[in-house]
Amino acid sequence: MAKLDLVMFEEEYKLLQEIIGRLQKDAQAKVVFLVDKNGQQIAASGDLKSIDATSLASLTAGNVAATDGLAKLIGEKEFSLLFHEGEKDNLHISIVGKRGILVVLFDQNSSLALVRLRVKKASKELQDIFDQVENRAQTETGVGARFESPFSEITDEDIDKLFGD
Amino acid sequence: MTFINYASREINCKIVYYGPGLCGKTTNIQWIHEQANPEKRGKLVSLATETDRTLFFDFLPLDMGTVKGFKVRFHLYTVPGQVFYDASRKLILRGCDGVIYVADSQRARMEANIESIANLATNLKENGFDIRTIPYVLQLNKRDMPSAATVDEMERLLRFRNEPMIEAVANKGTGVIETLKAAARQILLELQKS
Repeated sequence: MAKLDLVMFEEEYKLLQEIIGRLQKDAQAKVVFLVDKNGQQIAASGDLKSIDATSLASLTAGNVAATDGLAKLIGEKEFSLLFHEGEKDNLHISIVGKRGILVVLFDQNSSLALVRLRVKKASKELQDIFDQVENRAQTETGVGARFESPFSEITDEDIDKLFGD
Repeated sequence: MTFINYASREINCKIVYYGPGLCGKTTNIQWIHEQANPEKRGKLVSLATETDRTLFFDFLPLDMGTVKGFKVRFHLYTVPGQVFYDASRKLILRGCDGVIYVADSQRARMEANIESIANLATNLKENGFDIRTIPYVLQLNKRDMPSAATVDEMERLLRFRNEPMIEAVANKGTGVIETLKAAARQILLELQKS
């Protein structure tokens, strides 16, 4: 594969989840998502039942990618923050490191100022964990060095089974 | 870029449908959406114009079941095929794990097919991928059209790396699942290698 895969282990995932949970509480947000730039959801916290999280992740990534394209057109590296204001709910989207996107959904129980403040602090912590994941991926030769990849013995039969054959 | 989450035991793979305008990319994933078990499919998101032309992308998440105890989820994307949406196409290829190239079998569209493959190669390269090595499937769509070119002719013009080549009529579902399966197979075997 051309680029390093994102491989997340339980301990890192727990840390991310903890930070996201804390941010959601501190910012008095309805939901907080951590998404990667390719549109995959990494972690989430809050009232998730009311939201189609998968679509939200993919659309956010599309949105960020499009805005990134706009930034480059005018000679900016990126727009690190996007804010969408609705009648009741608002979305605060910010870039974390090279590959993360932090999405905060909030209503009148919170404020843009509070969200910005809390996001700033959480971003720093999230960034550290992303760096760890990246460093590990670079120093170890893939997952194999940590333990046997579960995919080393995928058979044709396994793949057929996925399609219900 | 596959996302492997060891904590929730999930693998997410991104597959992109590419091809010239009106070749049937959206039709492919609409058919998959209609056929898939409602519990296993997510919502089909289409960012289209008022005339149903894809503006940015269509997106369909699919839960495929498990392999070696890991839940496998495919995220299917289509690109807008019209030539002037090139900037959007490039963005959608970001982090993809495999490409399904949908070719339009009508003779009059052969030039558009060739142009679009060249465009795919350029856009993949800009995203750090190589069209000669990335998991790739060639689908010959609209085989039922009276003006369809022969399979031999299309193979000669469009097939360049011995990739799986599948004949399809996407609006009737013919060949749609076979195409997806051929791409899934390559992506999962690629995971095995890495």
